[in-house]
Amino acid sequence: MQNSSSSKALSEREDFIMTKGDNKENIKCDQQSLAGAVSQRACVYSGARVVLNPVKDAYHLVHGPIGCASYTWDIRGSLTSGADIFRSSFSTDLREKDIVFGGEAKLELVIEELMEAEQYKPEVIFIYSTCVVGVIGDDLKAAARKAEAKYGIRVIPVESSGFAGTKSKGYKAACEALLTLMSDFKAESIGVENKKMAVDSRNEIKALSQLNEDYSNLNTKEKIRILQKKLSQINSLQAGRAIEDFKNKKMKEQAENRRYIRKINLLGDYNLAGEGWIIENYLNDVGIELAARFTGDSSIEDIRKAPTADLNIVQCAGSMKYLAKRMKKKFEIPFLEISFLGLQDSLDSLRQIAQHLGDQIIINKVERLIARRLPDTEAKLRIYKNYLSGKKAAIYVGGAFKAISLVKQFNDLGIKTVMVGTQNGKESDYEKLKDLTDPGTIILDDANPSELEAFMREKGADVLVGGVKDRALAYKMGIAFFDHNHERKHPLVGFEGVVNLAEELDLTINSPIWKTIRSDIDG
Amino acid sequence: MGNLKRLDVNPCKMCMPIGAAIAFKGIEESMLLMHGSQGCSTYMRRHMSTHYEEPIDIASSSIDEQGTVYGGEKNLRQGLKNLIKLYSPKVIGVVTTCLAETIGEDINRIAADFKKANDVEDISIITVPTPGYGGSQFEGYYLTLRKIVEQLAESSGAKSSKLNVAAANLSPAEVREIKRILDLFELEYTILPDISKTLAAPFTKDYSKIPPGGTKISEIKKMGDAAFTIEFGTLVDSSLSTAVYLKDKFGIPAYRLPIPIGLKNTDQLINILAEISGKKIPLSLKEARGRLIDTMIDSHKYNSEGRAAVFGDPEMIYAVSSICQENGISPVIMATGTDLDIFQRKLEELTADSRDQNLIFSDTDFEEIRNYVNEYNINIMIGNSDGAFIEEKDGIPLIRVGFPIHDRVGASRQQNIGYQGSNNFLDQITNQILALKHDNYREDLYKEFYQANKGAAAAKDAAELKVGEE
Repeated sequence: MQNSSSSKALSEREDFIMTKGDNKENIKCDQQSLAGAVSQRACVYSGARVVLNPVKDAYHLVHGPIGCASYTWDIRGSLTSGADIFRSSFSTDLREKDIVFGGEAKLELVIEELMEAEQYKPEVIFIYSTCVVGVIGDDLKAAARKAEAKYGIRVIPVESSGFAGTKSKGYKAACEALLTLMSDFKAESIGVENKKMAVDSRNEIKALSQLNEDYSNLNTKEKIRILQKKLSQINSLQAGRAIEDFKNKKMKEQAENRRYIRKINLLGDYNLAGEGWIIENYLNDVGIELAARFTGDSSIEDIRKAPTADLNIVQCAGSMKYLAKRMKKKFEIPFLEISFLGLQDSLDSLRQIAQHLGDQIIINKVERLIARRLPDTEAKLRIYKNYLSGKKAAIYVGGAFKAISLVKQFNDLGIKTVMVGTQNGKESDYEKLKDLTDPGTIILDDANPSELEAFMREKGADVLVGGVKDRALAYKMGIAFFDHNHERKHPLVGFEGVVNLAEELDLTINSPIWKTIRSDIDG
Repeated sequence: MGNLKRLDVNPCKMCMPIGAAIAFKGIEESMLLMHGSQGCSTYMRRHMSTHYEEPIDIASSSIDEQGTVYGGEKNLRQGLKNLIKLYSPKVIGVVTTCLAETIGEDINRIAADFKKANDVEDISIITVPTPGYGGSQFEGYYLTLRKIVEQLAESSGAKSSKLNVAAANLSPAEVREIKRILDLFELEYTILPDISKTLAAPFTKDYSKIPPGGTKISEIKKMGDAAFTIEFGTLVDSSLSTAVYLKDKFGIPAYRLPIPIGLKNTDQLINILAEISGKKIPLSLKEARGRLIDTMIDSHKYNSEGRAAVFGDPEMIYAVSSICQENGISPVIMATGTDLDIFQRKLEELTADSRDQNLIFSDTDFEEIRNYVNEYNINIMIGNSDGAFIEEKDGIPLIRVGFPIHDRVGASRQQNIGYQGSNNFLDQITNQILALKHDNYREDLYKEFYQANKGAAAAKDAAELKVGEE
């Protein structure tokens, strides 16, 4: 049994694959792809593009040969409630002579054209670097500075040369660009100041209360002095004046809290099929407002205001935890890792957010929202469970956060996960996957079609969950397929999403087509 | 009209390597390796996979930062090794990307060294330089066909009676149709690339990673002995032309024809086939021709209302504009993103008799196409699904042909060539024009003759009333 997983793969790939329950404790991940293995991964540029492109009123200019722009033009399903200039592809379309003589001159001309065109009014331009630009050494920073000075707009380079790492590095490059945009936010703006004051006063009270607790190390005299002081405080409280003071202070503090604490940023949601809107609806329902979205349906204005928020919630950790960490350091905004993929995770996330905000009204409203939505959802899921229980699923997706949520949801639906892998998972993600799956499950990083095929066959998978490229493979093998990609047109978050997931699994797994072709497959 | 713009907004082209990928997919037992950054192969796989609805495996040498600085030879060698282990191909296409070309990788030498150092004499490695900035998919496709032939075709000294066919970027169903027509003339032929099965593989019990079918290497090797070459590519530069190469190198007569869409283009092909085969035109083709003409007559009045924008691959634009032109559908806009000098001249010739002003653009983008589509009252667009953007924004219907088609199924089953295919294609266009008519004529006439009159009367009444008030 040992190495049953590895024998299907190239020897260099063996360390990236394990069978749960076998000797191997963990797998390698987060490495450069193996040449010739037909990795499903993309590049640094693609990572940057996925994360940054949904900023709806920004101009996304790809500095490179046409292919990079062409293959990424409007292929993602991020929906917008307003501007849609982000759906247009802008490119410098570099040619041979630009490669020889350098692309900076063309970049300058292209920006000039963009600024002079009547139909365009850029306020922010993101310039994406590509492979060749990285090699020929165009100075994007200088070009950006020059354009900013000339046109008085924001021009932000994105360091996304394709070869210079993996997709995760592109996520970071995009996050850096977003941070640059946020740095436009001025400290004198209300949010940060207010927040700072509130934090100061909270700390004061906290310090005072701690001081009051501990008398053990004090000598008698000091102890008496403190107790006397406290007594006089109590006396003055009794006198009434202090009571008012205290009340006022408390009220002021609460008002202060209220002013900012209900505003949060949603990170790592790309509003695919309106998923960001669904999450926002829940939050609004319980009295929470979104300051900014990163980056589905986000505007430049939103992002600039993001530092005023008091909490960041991170949906897709793989792409945006980095930004959350940076914002914590820079703007002192705490963050919560949440997930609205899956029922239990959605409930937990709502409760976690409410608990973090510490507002009893919000906590109550969350419970009411759950009470209102849960019974229907569970009833529907029970129906689908009848159809799905006992089926076997293989999962191969880009982000580990998706994989983890899928395994959990499959467990709930009685579907057994027989193979699970990701393109960009980290060690901790694979630990989680190991905990969630049954012995015998294949776990793998940066897989290729040959491995997917071999393991799906070996494990007798009924359905593959994956991206566009994997769909045809599943179908050719006579296996059902569930679309979990950036092009999807059905939301998978929250109460709506879990039902959509079950429904789509049912319609593909239990389609009459498999019965029709059974004789071809078995015979 | 050339495009003076430097900024590309919504590209009407792709890059060279994807053209190479399509060409290599039509070679038997072949795999492709892109020498460059990992992303290129993944993007192109996705692009092709949604179009053909087939698994598209393309390997990458996954050049990283180190490879970029110190050279990617190690990556390429390792890539070839792994590829052979996983796929056991008989042919490997090694094509470059922007990155590999920019850092100056010598793929010919590396491939030769690799063959020497490893025991892989039975594997043909074919190299094609396809930097993304060096041209579009159009040049990438034709260059690849030529390089395959350059590196494989030989002359045994003995002439065969066979026909070489260098196909355009057609659908698998269209390649099948070409083969059917050649069979009708009882010709022996080598068609390159033969994607009829490889990119439209029938469902079978056993999935094979390299789908069966494709042009056989042994056949390509014999192309130097053939009696004739037909190449579907009238806009292809002679330096990229397989037919020209075979003529120059082996003295094989070359016929360079447009894609057989429409009566005139199909006639051209059929007449040449009759000539070189020495056979009469088969009855079934004659009948199909008659039926096509019958349709053209039946539909001519409807067609006359068509004002078309045709875009995509230059060769496809030429053929589609041709069927439009001969049916009275005005190809008002003919536009390609490919930078191609001959495009202007060839399409001007094609539309010389046109009463309309025809706008011909090469090296353009969809922003420019969209501007003219609106300015020139286009009522039908014919091209790849990248035009869906305009369809969505401006409500002008798009008939999807060519590559890529991402948002509809059946691209690999599209059959628009020959008399029969042209007939179906023409019906599709005519029906779109008819649908427009039926959807709008009541309201249009109501507005023009009833509402306008009533509205004017009402305005007059109102004006008089106002005068009265004063």
